Amino acid sequence: MQDFTVQRRDFQAALLAVDRVGAEEVYRACRKSASPLQVADLVLVPALEEIGLAWERGDAALSEVYMASRICEELIDAVRWPTQDRDLDHPPVALVVFEDYHLLGKKILHAVLRSAGFQVLDYGRADLDEVVGRVREDEVQVLLLSTLMLRSALRVQDLTRTLRERKVQVRIQVGGAPFRFDPSLWRQVGADAVGRNGPDALRWLLEGSGRLACR
Amino acid sequence: MTPITPLGRTLAALSHEEADRVPVFLGLTMHGAVLSGESIERYYADPKLVADCQLRMRDRYGHDNLMGFLHAAAEVEVWGGQVRYFEDGPPNAGQPIIQDPLEILNLEPGRYQDSRSLCDTLELLQLLKAAAGDEVPILAAVVSPFSLPVMQMGFGPYLDLLADSPPLFRRLMEKNEEYCVSWANAQLAAGATAIVYFDPVSSPTVIPPAQYRETGFRVALRTLPRIAGPTVTHFASGRTLAIADEVARTGTAGIGVSVDDDLGALKERCAGKLCLVGNLNGVAMRTWNSGQAEEEVARVINAAGEGGGLILSDNHGEIPVQVPEEVLHAVVSAAKELGRYPLAPLPADA
Repeated sequence: MQDFTVQRRDFQAALLAVDRVGAEEVYRACRKSASPLQVADLVLVPALEEIGLAWERGDAALSEVYMASRICEELIDAVRWPTQDRDLDHPPVALVVFEDYHLLGKKILHAVLRSAGFQVLDYGRADLDEVVGRVREDEVQVLLLSTLMLRSALRVQDLTRTLRERKVQVRIQVGGAPFRFDPSLWRQVGADAVGRNGPDALRWLLEGSGRLACR
Repeated sequence: MTPITPLGRTLAALSHEEADRVPVFLGLTMHGAVLSGESIERYYADPKLVADCQLRMRDRYGHDNLMGFLHAAAEVEVWGGQVRYFEDGPPNAGQPIIQDPLEILNLEPGRYQDSRSLCDTLELLQLLKAAAGDEVPILAAVVSPFSLPVMQMGFGPYLDLLADSPPLFRRLMEKNEEYCVSWANAQLAAGATAIVYFDPVSSPTVIPPAQYRETGFRVALRTLPRIAGPTVTHFASGRTLAIADEVARTGTAGIGVSVDDDLGALKERCAGKLCLVGNLNGVAMRTWNSGQAEEEVARVINAAGEGGGLILSDNHGEIPVQVPEEVLHAVVSAAKELGRYPLAPLPADA
């Protein structure tokens, strides 16, 4: 397998500079010797992960995470990612802003997942009954749930309880500010995992608990 | 000797002097609804009730401030937006009023007189001023012109605007700055002691410091000198250290600091320039016991209390309604005990 370390670094620099042309040049160069999935796993995803980690450390800003994810998604749309590889390999994954009206986190996460080759069901903003109904109807196995308000984060407990009572099998990863400021909150509300940023949520899908559901 | 008032204590902190103790501010808003037994929506629609509950909560907890503030989402009413209310959390702005960035060109300048919630806020301030006089600082708030677009157009579209459309961004700032100054000054005239200038988008958590210097910083430089009273700039839990020098240059007296910030480094950076306001973790506070509250208060005071320049507070500017009153009592009690000047020396291993 070719070493893409330099390309990943260049790609990441282009993302942070909001240099769409530069990012596309690196991407197209990588594609000459690797499949879309390989480029995603070795260049796009690590670059996005590094930017997400930098945000956690306070070394990058949310706007940079957002613009990086947006550029990656635009790139994937522009190069017409073939619906193969990962698309056919993973069970339904859904995204939702749960009982909240703050959409940025979900938007970033959607772009990150699309950049990595995942096809996801985007439920937009939904309340408890709608989420339960749609998860059941779509046979979703992984639900990525975003909140900004503490009240919405606490309502996740009602959601996980309802899903259990109705015997709906789905693994839930939560994310958003309340879960950052209270690191134990995700356990309190009965989630299976917490994503500290969009790329972190993607890593959960690719590895660990997410892999159990996706492979 | 006349005991120092909460306002005197606060002014000393803002002047980087040690009064009798570190002042403690509680950002209590929705707790008043619980106290009154009303829903949050009905509570906020009754400024007399809010004023009464603010005074009763201060009697109950003994903190050093009154909140002449209803909720941030009220400011969208000025622009024709709607507010969504919840039973167990702060109201949110409804559907963004700017659906297409080009609509900025025809956006009517906002007038606080057009918002019932903001008129109610003015009545609240008048009532608090009549009751508290010059003894207790009455805090009012504005959403900064730079951060208001998150509610006007949505977060993602605003970040897109910042990146893609500088001319439209500037047009929006012109309108928002005029509105913000008029709203801040109306609150000061109604009885507010100081204006909390909420500017979360300017935080390095949200935009890079370099971008702040070209945007939010310039907006604050234009806006804050036109506000006819003291201001404190608050970043609503966002980090601040990397922009603290610039924030000091805007003429603001204090800075709301995050639990994500290094409080010791901030104290050093801001000494003599900015009073630190913070940085208790409001979200985590929900599950604290009294001992944890005391530990957290000690952490803040030990890191930043020396020499004045500290107001102990939560780090978001508003305490979640889920925080129990035992914790509120414990925070104030610990602040009064551990924050007495001169501060007790730290243990050698601290």
